[in-house]
Amino acid sequence: MRKVKSGNLFHGISGLKNLLSRCYIGLIVLFLYAPILVLIVLSFNRSRSRVTWGGFTLEWYGQLFSNRQIMDALVTTLVLAFLSALIATVIGVLAALGIHAMRQRNYQIMMIFTNIPILNADIVTGISLMLWFVHFMPLGFGSVLIAHITFNIPYVILSVMPKIRQMNVSLYEAARDLGANAVYGFFRVILPQLLSGIVSGFFMAFTMSMDDFVITYFTKGAGVSTLSTMIYGEIRKGIKPEMYALSTIIFVTMFLILLAVNYWPEKKPAVREEQRF
Amino acid sequence: MINRLKSVNKRIWLSGPYAVWVFGFTVIPLCMIIRAALTAREGGFTTGNIVAIFDPIHLKAMLFSLEIAAGCTVLCILLSYPLVLAMRQLNMGKKGFMMFVLILPMWMNFILRILAWQMILSNNGILNFLLRSAGLGELSVANTGAAIMIGVVYDYLPYMMLPIFNAVAEINEDLIEAARDLGANGFTVFCKVIFPLSIPGLLSGIVMVFVPSMTSFVISDILGGGKLQLIGNVIEQEFTKSMNQNLGSGLSVSLMIFVLISMAFTMKNDREGKRSAIW
Repeated sequence: MRKVKSGNLFHGISGLKNLLSRCYIGLIVLFLYAPILVLIVLSFNRSRSRVTWGGFTLEWYGQLFSNRQIMDALVTTLVLAFLSALIATVIGVLAALGIHAMRQRNYQIMMIFTNIPILNADIVTGISLMLWFVHFMPLGFGSVLIAHITFNIPYVILSVMPKIRQMNVSLYEAARDLGANAVYGFFRVILPQLLSGIVSGFFMAFTMSMDDFVITYFTKGAGVSTLSTMIYGEIRKGIKPEMYALSTIIFVTMFLILLAVNYWPEKKPAVREEQRF
Repeated sequence: MINRLKSVNKRIWLSGPYAVWVFGFTVIPLCMIIRAALTAREGGFTTGNIVAIFDPIHLKAMLFSLEIAAGCTVLCILLSYPLVLAMRQLNMGKKGFMMFVLILPMWMNFILRILAWQMILSNNGILNFLLRSAGLGELSVANTGAAIMIGVVYDYLPYMMLPIFNAVAEINEDLIEAARDLGANGFTVFCKVIFPLSIPGLLSGIVMVFVPSMTSFVISDILGGGKLQLIGNVIEQEFTKSMNQNLGSGLSVSLMIFVLISMAFTMKNDREGKRSAIW
């Protein structure tokens, strides 16, 4: 309001500032999206070479679905991301509830352990898990799944914990006093209060799992491939153009999903958030 | 803060599965890597693998990694603050379009994005094509430290921006108004109000950027042309090429010790850091 009331000079300065802000944001967006644009363009390139433009084609999109290797890697990646995020969410939410109830000292000890996989270098986490797995299980889908769950749980805990702190414990107590059993109380009173944290924790875990390369690389063994490890293996030989097509499809899909999630008219949680403040 | 109601004590048991998981897949693996690090290749106890970090070749890789990580962290900070301030200037909220724009690139596989940078930066690449077309001469950044730096800054910038943005977005506009009413100019407002209140976000940003940029090996592999080695490359090669797991573990353990010490130092100043989560 103030800015509007002030004189022309101020209006000019703030207009200039806005322009500068827009330019800077534009530059950052260009920096972030330039490589993505390159990849999308390559997915329509008829030439198999990365450096020459051979004309527009949709060929790679057609061949993608008959490429057995890529489809297998895609399914592995998605199943892995979904399962690891799901299991990590269940363990993580329970853990956060438990840890929150601990006394100061134990609370801090558990939070230190929770931070280890986040703070530690991926390469160290991957190698240490691999050195342990070889003692009792073959490296394969199972070992990668365990590894992904391990690095996903902390993200779930860290996104649920703030919601637990804001949670109103009296509501649960009241439900119990009114005759709800623990399970009913958990699902009807506690879970709804934590829902936004749980959803963002799950989503973050899913993203981390999809995007991981290093830990998968060290724990996967010979038989299994995710998209990341497959792409890494193809760097020297040259990336198959179908891979650009697949990445473009994934990217556009996520773009649409995030767009829908962000701009879906979502009134209720926003109101609840404000009341808590 | 911690509730002392009766039901609370039973609630502790909910973290049972996680405690088992932490023991089985965090504590034991760390013991395993330390054990491997303290074992000589031929068997028997040694500290040689850990001290090997001071060998000239390894030390060179370690120092280069530090250089990249420090440079990357500083550049990310310098790029993040103007962006965050610009977003505030334009009233872009926490759930707004910009957040979406920052998170979305993570959904394109990062190795492919780094390969795209290779195509952009290579000597016959897109950047040089544009520069030539504009009559500005050529740059040769391909396979240099500068190329690696661009790659790591590109990859980790969102991890710096998001926590700083979250911290700054929470600052009450009234505080800034008050500072202005008391005569502070834009620069003073930044130094005395915005920056101090953004420190929790800044610290979690540093944690999220410094370690990964120091230890990544894919980015340096692709953009460094295989000649420039970060400590991550050295460790990876000990496992995949030289097949000396003990030396690889030893170097990993020294790296871990370094990382944990420097991060403990960062976190010590971050008592309330938990307030601003990573996103």
